[in-house]
Amino acid sequence: MHTELTDNIKRRTRTNGRFRYLVIAGSVITVIPIFLIVGNLAVKGYRQINLAFFTQPAPDTFQAMMAASAGEIIPGGIANGLTGSLLMVLLASLFAIPLGLMTGIYIYENSTKKYAQFIRSLTEILQGVPSIILGIIAYLWIVKNITRGYSALAGSVSLTIMMLPLIIRSTEETMRMIPISIREAAFALGTPYYKMIYKILIPVSFSGLATGVLLALSRILGETAPLMLTALGSPAISFDVTRPVSAVPLLIWDFYNDPNMVSLVWSASLFLMVFVLSMNLMARSVASKHKYI
Amino acid sequence: MNNTPQSDPVLDIRNLFIAYEPERYAVKDVSASVKRNRITAIMGPSGCGKSTLLRAMNRLHELYPNIQTKGDILLEGQSIFSMSVIELRRRVGMVFQRPNPFPNMTIYENVVAGFSLNDIRLKKNQRDEIVENALRNVALWDEVKESLFRKGTFLSGGQQQRLCVARAIAFNPDVLLLDEPTSALDPVATSKIEDLLGELKKKYTLVLVTHNMSQAARISDESMFMYLGELVESGPTGTLFTTPKDPRTEAYLTGKFG
Repeated sequence: MHTELTDNIKRRTRTNGRFRYLVIAGSVITVIPIFLIVGNLAVKGYRQINLAFFTQPAPDTFQAMMAASAGEIIPGGIANGLTGSLLMVLLASLFAIPLGLMTGIYIYENSTKKYAQFIRSLTEILQGVPSIILGIIAYLWIVKNITRGYSALAGSVSLTIMMLPLIIRSTEETMRMIPISIREAAFALGTPYYKMIYKILIPVSFSGLATGVLLALSRILGETAPLMLTALGSPAISFDVTRPVSAVPLLIWDFYNDPNMVSLVWSASLFLMVFVLSMNLMARSVASKHKYI
Repeated sequence: MNNTPQSDPVLDIRNLFIAYEPERYAVKDVSASVKRNRITAIMGPSGCGKSTLLRAMNRLHELYPNIQTKGDILLEGQSIFSMSVIELRRRVGMVFQRPNPFPNMTIYENVVAGFSLNDIRLKKNQRDEIVENALRNVALWDEVKESLFRKGTFLSGGQQQRLCVARAIAFNPDVLLLDEPTSALDPVATSKIEDLLGELKKKYTLVLVTHNMSQAARISDESMFMYLGELVESGPTGTLFTTPKDPRTEAYLTGKFG
């Protein structure tokens, strides 16, 4: 009886130990690719990253070929992509942040209403729509009918549609964490409804809202497919929303298609990856700094 | 027990019914009055409708459209349902069960929140005065005067609750509703709040919901006993506790249920 019991405990301890190693091994396997990717990009891409990389537009094939065959650094950079990305992301934020916040608050405030539940399901569906399809939609709406040609505006619209479900969901989920007693406290002071929203709900949930927005931004920064059908790309730096512009991920695609510019693929990818990563880190620090709930 | 000359009703509740679902009443045909400058305790077992009754007095139920209210409540002779809800809530302040200072605001901002949230602009010296008075009235001034611009949520639970009282009285309301204000507090903080309520009744009329009989006995002047949504008995606390008229009140007070 006694030995049976100790045998049993021994076996269970062993199983426990094995399981622990299994879990650790699983997590190591998951993070290895991340380090490999960053390491690879850093090793292959760091040479091209200099001041010109940020201030000059992409080189043409001939310049790149000359430099590559001489074994030099390829001249030029990704400035046209940077400005294009900046322009479109700003414009998309301008559309998506207020719309997304308002919709999120609406869904939260009316969560028992059929209409709000309908909107919420639509949001979930929208989140699952492949981004290329959003590109096609923006192409039909904007490129064909409004700007009559590829344009930054069309790119922003496709990015807006991508951001919306992310912001709506995070807004709703953040609001849900606010204790009901905080709302009631505001109302018990005679606060009008709209004031309760913009002086209490939004400030109290600020960290969650900001995190949602930053994560949405980092999602769309790397988006390529919808931009191919809308912003198209442009070799020049442009701030005209009715004209085609480039974007960092579009440039990566261009570089990839030009055998002379392969080393720029690595640099641009490194930059994009680091930028998105730091955006994620920023989201975290904002989340912890302004946390009230 | 009370020497203030006025004892006319501030609040007059008339045949009040409240239902969360159609025809299922949480408060049934309650008529009662709340006297000026007194602490009126509403007691009863859980689910008897005491909080529901209290929350009708500042029309907080209107936040939830499924709640139906019938009957009337008069504040200084005027039906609260004929007033604007903003005016009503300025005149009838409320303190909740759990301390709920606005987490995004400092102590100072919390006290004047009623003004800022209603777009009432005050000069800085007016605001300073209101903050100091309100905090002195809740005996919190000495504890927080050095940290007025820290977030209210840094305070202890008892201090937060006194801050919430300060926030409610900064408006100088006629009536202060208190929904089990000490149930989330430890005994020391509780006794501070109880002392404070004794002071506050000199200026305000207090309605206190409590499930704690000894608290009602300690601090209230008038008591109401509710059971299953009905107001079973009400009267001066001394009388109600020593010679209850209704057997249900007696059973509750002697600990037979609840």
